Amino acid sequence: MRQTFSRLALTSLAAALLGLSAPAPALAQLSIEITGAGTNRMPIAVADFAGDGIVSQALTTVVRADLEHSGQFSLVDPGTAPLAETAPVSYPDWKTRGADALVTGSVTATPDGRYETRFLLYDVQKEAPLGGQAFISSSAQLRATAHRVSDFIYEKLTGVPGIFSTRIAYVVKSTGRYELQIADADGANAQTALASREPIISPTWSPDGTHLAYVSFEAKKPIVYVHSLATGRRHVAANFKGSNSAPAWSPDGKKLAVVLSKDGGSQMYLVNADGSGVTRLAHSSGIDTEPRFSPDGQWIYFTSDRGGSPQIYRIPAAGGDAERITFQGNYNVTPRISPDGKSMAYIARNDGRFQVALMDLATKQTQILTDSSRDESPSFAPNGRTIIYATEIGGRGVLATVSIDGSVKQTLSVQAADVREPAWGPFVK
Amino acid sequence: MRKLLFAAAASLILAACGSQPPAPEQTGAKVTDTTQSAVQPGAQTQAVSPDQLDMTSLAALKDPRSILSKRSVFFDFNQYVIKDEYKPLLEAHARFLIANPKMKMLIQGNTDERGSREYNVALGQKRADAVKKTLLLLGVKEAQLESVSLGEEKPRNPGHDEAAWAENRRDDMLYSGEY
Repeated sequence: MRQTFSRLALTSLAAALLGLSAPAPALAQLSIEITGAGTNRMPIAVADFAGDGIVSQALTTVVRADLEHSGQFSLVDPGTAPLAETAPVSYPDWKTRGADALVTGSVTATPDGRYETRFLLYDVQKEAPLGGQAFISSSAQLRATAHRVSDFIYEKLTGVPGIFSTRIAYVVKSTGRYELQIADADGANAQTALASREPIISPTWSPDGTHLAYVSFEAKKPIVYVHSLATGRRHVAANFKGSNSAPAWSPDGKKLAVVLSKDGGSQMYLVNADGSGVTRLAHSSGIDTEPRFSPDGQWIYFTSDRGGSPQIYRIPAAGGDAERITFQGNYNVTPRISPDGKSMAYIARNDGRFQVALMDLATKQTQILTDSSRDESPSFAPNGRTIIYATEIGGRGVLATVSIDGSVKQTLSVQAADVREPAWGPFVK
Repeated sequence: MRKLLFAAAASLILAACGSQPPAPEQTGAKVTDTTQSAVQPGAQTQAVSPDQLDMTSLAALKDPRSILSKRSVFFDFNQYVIKDEYKPLLEAHARFLIANPKMKMLIQGNTDERGSREYNVALGQKRADAVKKTLLLLGVKEAQLESVSLGEEKPRNPGHDEAAWAENRRDDMLYSGEY
């Protein structure tokens, strides 16, 4: 992936030297570095799929990278011979190689110029096939097909849905330029949804993955927009006198919780996603911000300094008294509830270091997941197994992921730019 | 806080009348005292300006000799209380806004880079609101003022040390046509 980036950078340099104006967006590709692997990884062999060598190798390369990056699998050398899903499997051979699972498959060109991908997953220990799938795709969709294959394998072997087909949103800051970008969960296919000379913060996905709400400072003050990814069109969701910020979607996608200062202070309100019908959610004399709905829509978690220091509270979404959630330390902010509603990721300050923490909401037990010191903006993967967040390495903003047990760690960075404000998108329907 | 604001409003009234109590000519010590009160910042700009700079004219906003060319108020870490040293500055801007009721001011609150971006938007808002409240108490009309926050997003100093952070914990006052 680094190589890909360098080549792109050189191309753009050449274009610049030739006096061509290179298109701004596509350059900033994220590159992944694995900084911590899981402890109990299942050994799996992904054979080269039969068919056109270049096409099938491109596909299986993506599948292997997906499985390895998940931290749940270690890759077993599959040998060089392509193996179709129709080929007989010699279980003893694969046991000897140390594989607990095996994937075989094929990619064949269809008469209309597309590709048919078929694969089968085997449990080597039980000597039994676990199932497979078939996809028809254009050559441009082959990478997405590979992610679908990985999703199937991951879910069959771990019991948890895979997130390889999901996307992430984030903000790239280079000199004098801010870009809201969308990329595949593995950092590939970065596209720019919005470019601005002024800051963009707090992107958040609509529950159906079709829109992003975010805060843009392009009008010299924070204004909340809702942006359609398919059309590139957007509308103002909150632009009242004062500041408008911290958008959060209701689980039904119809409303946004936002923070407005129009009536004094930073206070939470609900607006319809089209910007109509603003109503106040709560009253406090201090700061209330960073609202987030619980997945069942019953609660709104938020950050408030009403007790003297920033702490996390929750109120019933229908209105009612606030209940304090965090008590340890004097700076706990940015609550994010896991998709199953059972735990909360947030940022805690410990001895001057800002770190990703995870709280079991039933027991209130808390675990610090990172050893960095400038963590911000945690966001759960839709399967709840991984958290993406922003941090700093060598003075530069990067994204990082950590598994909820703290063992699997990766960083995603862009050369010569700061990356921040990650938001993990929902499952693709 | 409230007490300070009343004190600020009172010194504004004194400055507006231009009537410092006459200095009683007594001991040397007393003279020193009156000298100090004569140059108290709120009154100074009117009395001392060399060529009678009109403190209510638009030109004064950009004239480096005018206190009105100063537009920033700085804050301590995690604080949004306006320090006494900025009262004369805010009094001068209040006078200007009262004399120019069609002028509007955008107050932008800023924070240093530490902590949550959204919490810093709220903290910057508190800082901007503090200046707005002071100006309202000094008699400026609400319709002339808008307080907003830029959070940690627009640092004046891009550094990562205390000196940079202190520069970035700041309100900026912008007038119509400047934003």
